[in-house]
Amino acid sequence: MSSSDMSQTNLDHQTEVKSSTKPIVKVEQVGQTFKTRQGNFVALRDIALDIYPGEVVTLIGHSGCGKSTLLNLIAGLTLPTSGVLLCDNREIAGPGPERAVVFQNHSLLPWMTCFGNVMLAVERVFGRKERKSKLDARVHAALDMVHMAHAAEKYPHEISGGMKQRVGIARAFAMEPRILLMDEPFGALDALTRASLQDELNSVLAKTGATAVMVTHDVDEAVLLSDRIVMMTNGPAATIGEIVTVDLPRPRDRVELANDSRFAEYRATVFEFLYRKQLKKVA
Amino acid sequence: MSAVIVFKNAGVGMAPAPETLAESPLSAQAEVSTEVSTEVTTVVSAVAEDAAVKESQTSTDAKSTASQPQGSGKRWWTNIGRRVYVMLGNLVPPLLGLCIMVGLWAFVALNNDSIPGPIATWEAATKLFADPFYSNGPNDQGIGWNVLSSLQRVGVGFGFAALVGIPMGFILGRFTFVNRMFEPVISLLRPVSPLAWLPIGLLVFKRADPAATWTIFICSIWPMILNTAQGVQRVPQDYLNVARVLGLSEDKIITRILFPAVLPYMLTGIRLSIGTAWLVIVAAEMLTGGVGIGFWVWDEWNNLKVEHILIAIFVIGIVGFLLEQFLLLLARRFSYESR
Repeated sequence: MSSSDMSQTNLDHQTEVKSSTKPIVKVEQVGQTFKTRQGNFVALRDIALDIYPGEVVTLIGHSGCGKSTLLNLIAGLTLPTSGVLLCDNREIAGPGPERAVVFQNHSLLPWMTCFGNVMLAVERVFGRKERKSKLDARVHAALDMVHMAHAAEKYPHEISGGMKQRVGIARAFAMEPRILLMDEPFGALDALTRASLQDELNSVLAKTGATAVMVTHDVDEAVLLSDRIVMMTNGPAATIGEIVTVDLPRPRDRVELANDSRFAEYRATVFEFLYRKQLKKVA
Repeated sequence: MSAVIVFKNAGVGMAPAPETLAESPLSAQAEVSTEVSTEVTTVVSAVAEDAAVKESQTSTDAKSTASQPQGSGKRWWTNIGRRVYVMLGNLVPPLLGLCIMVGLWAFVALNNDSIPGPIATWEAATKLFADPFYSNGPNDQGIGWNVLSSLQRVGVGFGFAALVGIPMGFILGRFTFVNRMFEPVISLLRPVSPLAWLPIGLLVFKRADPAATWTIFICSIWPMILNTAQGVQRVPQDYLNVARVLGLSEDKIITRILFPAVLPYMLTGIRLSIGTAWLVIVAAEMLTGGVGIGFWVWDEWNNLKVEHILIAIFVIGIVGFLLEQFLLLLARRFSYESR
């Protein structure tokens, strides 16, 4: 699929509801090359992607396809070797609080309570404008949203992996970012915890109308959560292969969807791409 | 994998570790990688909390260990019995070690007239500690004053070393250029005995007391700089990424992320410094004189009061041990569970 077809697909989807809105993030012909001892390694090439307000986009692909690299580029943690990324029409030159990141390994600071961890983010974004009581209220609201209010005064080592990730999500949401970036946020969790956190994330996304980009390698998770699934070809020199628009009504219920033929179709489309078109030869 | 399961069960009772091993045939057990088997050993030791029990469990084969009745607390008297057993197991080896030391000492003293035995030393010690804080002029003071003035020198020298060394460690850890700039200097000066700096101290300060403090400063500063720098370099990238994504200011990065992350390393540096400082002060005071435990040892040698020298050795050892324990306690207080 050429890039012109792709942007056509994007446009078709967006015209349905958001014809007049401008994309929050524009990724324009971005390539990423890493210098290694064996020479240059082309991780990404010709990536073009627009992310519109209120939509949830997942990046899916086999491991090593550069989906995390792309997310890091949007986050500004790394800079592209070619092309340009824009956020609200400004070039992304580094990380910023308007692009909050949820890390796979939660990355809570172990010497701070859950409250302290979220407060660190809240203080950074709102500390200059608002009073202490207002900041406290923001932290509590964020923790409450992910049902972690009871653990506000606990330290990260005192709570489970799933709870840590909830706090990580609360920290990101508390910053009221323009866009939420999640790098396999549930990758390190067991299946049941993952399911409940997916549901929770879904409801929080619905409540806040947040824009999100999520990296995953879980097909069900991608279909369940996203408005669009960006499927990436295998690396090296990975690029966007196909984009599927998931047109399932929200709120989405995982039990109902299990019997939904459209859900099965979307799932099949992604599987088809991953295991027929882009089957990774594992040595 | 099996080691992980074992660890999770470890809290319930002490039996599971050997049992899981016993379930597998012996031939399979022999194939268990060294990595796993050492892990199991640590698990066993963590459960038993007892060197003697650990030894018996690891040395006997799995079959016999599994057949041993190791109750997980079904009957209260087995529980109490086990607790007493564990307590004895904790106390017996160290006490035995001390007894052997005193025994050897008594044996040597019996065969050598010039060395006083444990009993003579004990009698001298009771007399000495009856009045540890007397003062008959600068050259004749109680052992309490001597220890305190040595501790004071260590404290002052060490304090200055911390004031200089910790910020310097931060700078060296944060900026590679500065690190590489100072690397040859530190490598050159660190192996030098701090006592070699004593004449320089005497020359500059013109007095013995600050010169001794100066040697403490010199010997304390290296571990402080190096450990702090290492801590700064080893701050997990995840935490720094958090700082970058949140866009924290440099002062917030230092106070909220770098400092807490480096604190355990810094405390290790402090512990090493104080340990060395306590070693060095005795030697430094022997050379400079005045009041201090090192001077006191030398003074008692000149008086040929060998019991007092032996007492001084014990006092120095005990004070050093207490310093170490105090700093370990401090380190435990400020260390965080990493995940």
